[in-house]
Amino acid sequence: MTQLPTQTDKKLGLVIDLDICVGCHACVVNCKEWNTSGYGAPLGDTNAYDADPLGSWLNRIHTYEVTPQETPAYDNPSSTGASPSHQCGSGDSLAQLVHFPKSCLHCEDAPCVTVCPTGASMKRSEDGIVLVEEDKCIGCGLCAWSCPYGAREMDPMENVMKKCTLCVDRIYNDNLPEIDRTPACVRTCPANARHFGDFADPNSDVSIMVKERGGMDLMPEMDTKPVNKYLPPRAKVKTSDGLEIAAEQSKSEMKADGFLGWLDKALEKMG
Amino acid sequence: MHPAISVIFFTVTSGAGFGMMFVLGLGLPVHQGAWTTILSCGLALGLAVAGLLSSTFHLGHPERAWRAFSQWKSSWLSREGVLAVLTLVVFGLYALIWLASGERLASLGYLSSFLAALTVFATAMIYAQLKTVPNWHSKLTPLTYLGFALASGFLLAALFISTSRIGGVHVAALAAIFVAAAWLFKFIWWRRADNVGFSETGSNAGTATGLGHLGDVKLLESPHSSDNYLTKEMVHQIGRKHGAKLRFIAVICGVVVPVFLCTLAIFSGLIVLPLLVAVFSMFIGLFCERWLFFAQAKHAVSLFY
Repeated sequence: MTQLPTQTDKKLGLVIDLDICVGCHACVVNCKEWNTSGYGAPLGDTNAYDADPLGSWLNRIHTYEVTPQETPAYDNPSSTGASPSHQCGSGDSLAQLVHFPKSCLHCEDAPCVTVCPTGASMKRSEDGIVLVEEDKCIGCGLCAWSCPYGAREMDPMENVMKKCTLCVDRIYNDNLPEIDRTPACVRTCPANARHFGDFADPNSDVSIMVKERGGMDLMPEMDTKPVNKYLPPRAKVKTSDGLEIAAEQSKSEMKADGFLGWLDKALEKMG
Repeated sequence: MHPAISVIFFTVTSGAGFGMMFVLGLGLPVHQGAWTTILSCGLALGLAVAGLLSSTFHLGHPERAWRAFSQWKSSWLSREGVLAVLTLVVFGLYALIWLASGERLASLGYLSSFLAALTVFATAMIYAQLKTVPNWHSKLTPLTYLGFALASGFLLAALFISTSRIGGVHVAALAAIFVAAAWLFKFIWWRRADNVGFSETGSNAGTATGLGHLGDVKLLESPHSSDNYLTKEMVHQIGRKHGAKLRFIAVICGVVVPVFLCTLAIFSGLIVLPLLVAVFSMFIGLFCERWLFFAQAKHAVSLFY
């Protein structure tokens, strides 16, 4: 049924921490690995080992260069006499690299569901997961057109629409050890940049993370009300000895207790 | 957006077919006789069916197309399918009764006109509903589709006309007015479309990723080493290359030539021949216009690239 549920019991989704993601693409690969043999048709590839490989993937990582507006990314070194590394930002703001994983955001107002003419595209009322019933999909592609995030890809072999299932065949799977009952991308992330949970519960880990770190919606102007949230990278500054560190870390006082704390205080008193 | 030939053919020809049904259903006076009925109604139905069949070539699984009739409560594509079939059935019945008895049932005719207009509206709404494509997301989109369907449908139906004047106005003059009005809507549509692009509304990789507050956001590394479905389907660029030239051809063939030929028809006394050439010319114009409708439309996902 392609009408959206008015409310879902749970709002399962992901928190993606842009501060932590190192862009290793492990989540991309493990997603393909699990989902090519899991829910629905395999994730097809054409020319997999050739010049122009093309395949369906449910999770992809873009890498962006973010340059603070006040400092150009790269000035001509000869004109200033300084090496390029010293010009990557100055003062409080630095140019930074942000790895940006992107998969279905399981939107509350998912346009991809309502545009579907066959009822193949749906949002589950129990947990809010957006799924495609592939044997009903006619491969018209309209759902992919309606998604601003590029979360849906037509399978080049099966000609049906593929998308993130939030690993629906893992998270409820009693045959797996409990630790593995989480989406493949979350389970595999070596940096813990992806977290899975229920956003309807204000006390869940994901809800708390979003609250504390100012988790954001992607493209709020599209009125899709995404469930997945992104945690923005923490601001970074350059220390006097040229190290890049998190801004909040530079402001925090160094604390020591025990013997070192006593020594620190004693030496302070000596003036 | 990728300009798929099957979808361009579908929207242009089925638009003309349903436009013709609209005009015939309203009771446009055409020649007496079974052949006129067969040819005019057959042409209208044939164009609509050809367009609809062509649209199924665009599908990954055409054998499941029947499922598309089920979600009319929420989906414009489903509504379009249901309305198209309803229109074909009602107009088909109208044509059969006309053929069998020589009588045109006004009530059935009006109903098919109403349904034909709704079908074209639903087709346009498939595109107009998409927030992800600002060029299309406008009330002007259904207006241009309806205008083009009426203009091309009227030109085609006028080939069978039995009188040179309707309500005191020359048929060719009416045709010229419909053609000009449809293109006027299109000019307004183009004017709007040229000003609602992502660069005009301040959308860029910074707004898409939510990282704009940190500085200028530029894609350093794409997620894939060659094209993928998204870039082929929604970040299509080749079709835009000749945008200005194609727009010029669309205007010349779509409106300038047809209006000139209509004027010629008014003053020469000939109707069918100039209008026949005008129809062909307008179709060429509409194919160019529809190509640009897709090729020049930018999708929100392009902001990530």
